[in-house]
Amino acid sequence: MIRVDVSRRQILAPDGKLVGEMPALGPDTLRDMYRIMVLARTFDQRALNLQRQGRIGTFAPAAGQEASQVGAVFAMRRDEWLFPTYRSHPAMLAHGMPLDRLFLYPMAHPLGGVAPPGVAIYSVAISIAAHLPHAAGAAWASRIRRESKGFVALFGDGATSEGDFHEAMNFAGVFRAPLVFLCENNGWAISVPREHQTASETIAQKAVAYGFGGEVVDGNDVLAVYQATSEALERARAGEGPTLIEAQTYRLGPHTTADDPTRYRKPEELTEAERIDPILRLRLFLEGRDLWSEKEEAALRAEAQESVRAAYQKAQETPPMALGDLVPYVYAEVPPYLAAEREEMNGWRV
Amino acid sequence: MARMTMIQAINQALAQAMEADDRVLVMGEDVGRNGGVFRATDKLYDRFGPERAIDTPLAEGGIVGTAIGMAVYGLRPVAEIQFMGFTYQAFSQLVAQAARIRYRSLGQYTCPLVVRAPYGGGVRALELHSDTLEARVLHTPGLKFVTPATPRDAKGLLLAAIDDPDPVIVAEPLRLYRSHREEVPEERYTVPIGKARLAREGSDVTLVAWGSQVPTALEAAEAAEADGVSVEVIDLRTIVPMDQEAILASVRKTHRVVIVQEAPVIGGVGAEIAALVSERAILSLEAPPLRVGGYDMPYPPSAIEEQYLPSPERVRQAIDRVLAF
Ligand SMILES: Cc1ncc(C[n+]2csc(CCOP(=O)(O)OP(=O)(O)O)c2C)c(N)n1
Repeated sequence: MIRVDVSRRQILAPDGKLVGEMPALGPDTLRDMYRIMVLARTFDQRALNLQRQGRIGTFAPAAGQEASQVGAVFAMRRDEWLFPTYRSHPAMLAHGMPLDRLFLYPMAHPLGGVAPPGVAIYSVAISIAAHLPHAAGAAWASRIRRESKGFVALFGDGATSEGDFHEAMNFAGVFRAPLVFLCENNGWAISVPREHQTASETIAQKAVAYGFGGEVVDGNDVLAVYQATSEALERARAGEGPTLIEAQTYRLGPHTTADDPTRYRKPEELTEAERIDPILRLRLFLEGRDLWSEKEEAALRAEAQESVRAAYQKAQETPPMALGDLVPYVYAEVPPYLAAEREEMNGWRV
Repeated sequence: MARMTMIQAINQALAQAMEADDRVLVMGEDVGRNGGVFRATDKLYDRFGPERAIDTPLAEGGIVGTAIGMAVYGLRPVAEIQFMGFTYQAFSQLVAQAARIRYRSLGQYTCPLVVRAPYGGGVRALELHSDTLEARVLHTPGLKFVTPATPRDAKGLLLAAIDDPDPVIVAEPLRLYRSHREEVPEERYTVPIGKARLAREGSDVTLVAWGSQVPTALEAAEAAEADGVSVEVIDLRTIVPMDQEAILASVRKTHRVVIVQEAPVIGGVGAEIAALVSERAILSLEAPPLRVGGYDMPYPPSAIEEQYLPSPERVRQAIDRVLAF
């Protein structure tokens, strides 16, 4: 039976009160979730500042979306593949991407966004939705290989307009690919509001048309996202096919550092979004349960600053790559004409 | 006349076309309320309303596909693709559809469509934001392709594209959007599609360039001049249909040609030009045609894009090689 639930699952209210059923997560895991979310936010702010100072290139901040991403990744096993976008650094961080690699991405270093061996993160999607058929294919391949693995693909509300999204959904449905389509509906695709993107009342309901389940969750509630993703991954691992999760959240910052959101968003929106900030919510919850103190908070903030500082320094010390260094990655074997071009590149460089 | 940047000239052209003809509309991602991510459609939403400055869903195939339907049905859509690297998503509609509407129906249906897209590197953009695709269109009979190198041409070519009865891709060099200003006539005027521009007169070597590479070619020509080499620079302006006569006439005069393009060299527009002069002017040539372009690999991460893009120095080396041949 196909189940689509648009009631918007919520476990934590914005004030941190428990309003749903608490998932089976111990205090250490809850604190880890919080630490990663704070680290992601600290990275985000530092990257924004560095961009403003002209020290790194274009950057797409994820502030406000930490719960949708970190909640989903906490439901994954480390060997399960994550398909990220340019706005997925909280998820990548949670899934094992080193912070310095996250800095290398806006620094436009070829290693930016490349996961080290053993970290199950696919290349960063820049073409909107183009990674979704890949995610469906990889998940389908895992099913063909009789594994019991789940896959998670991240994308925005805008991505649901692309043909690639619909084709991926259809293939995943037909071949029962063990994939969780995790749509972070942050309200905007650059300047285009969600209502202009689709005439559907929710994104989650699109799953019905492809023959599988969908659900709306409060994307600023890390526990709700965790729980919904866990259930979807359980079904995926059990051979029950894909799920579409619409995590309703809000992009607090600009689309990228090249964007000016005051051209299209009302300031009131931001005030409301700050009230429902996912990090604040988890902190209030932890404090309410005596799992977190002022002292721990201060220590964490200092620690996060230091990790981010050290990561940026490491990124800066990463040896630059030259154009010629990329030649071996065009094909497995370098064709003679390209080898000749490489000589010219290197000669011209010095 | 006012001094304008290329992006201002484009914006003025769109406003004048919409003012003059209510069949003209602009559509694409963020082109309405936001005025386009580069502001090409700035204020058109306020002036002409949401039905003529249309924010579409995020789907390039959908944008071009529906714009084709509008064009066939009598409107004059100007679709914007936010970056040329995302026209890949619309290639089926452009190459297999827009290019064949007239041909397939023996003229019963036509497709007066304009697709604008910024292209090219040098602005520190993310992956796929710098791709340069004229060669893929050159190989598609039925599509036209123009690319301005100056604000004045940007306005005139865009207005010519809007007037044109067939589908035209207007490729706008991103790096030149705000790089300099020049006097742009206030009135509505067109720059004919299919006509090259003599950007600099010379007698020893011909450089053929277009769009983003015209400034590179001019810079190389100037440097050569200082050493007593007289270089002619042709700004092609239109890739399809190409002004073959302008190229041939110049090569017959200078006897040497270097083609400068931003895209990878193999299978590029330069290859077509080299074939053209070999077929039609071989006896005028004192040296083989040479190409300077991007290397035959995908566009690199922007931290090292300067190593990839043609530079005046590389063009200068090619000039020396054809002279020394
Ligand atoms: C195929 C494609 N078209 C256009 C773009 C330019 N672009 C980059 S992000 C973006 C909006 C994406 O919105 P959404 O999918 O909601 O994700 P968000 O950025 O909000 O996370 C656009 C239009 C692109 N990267 N790829």
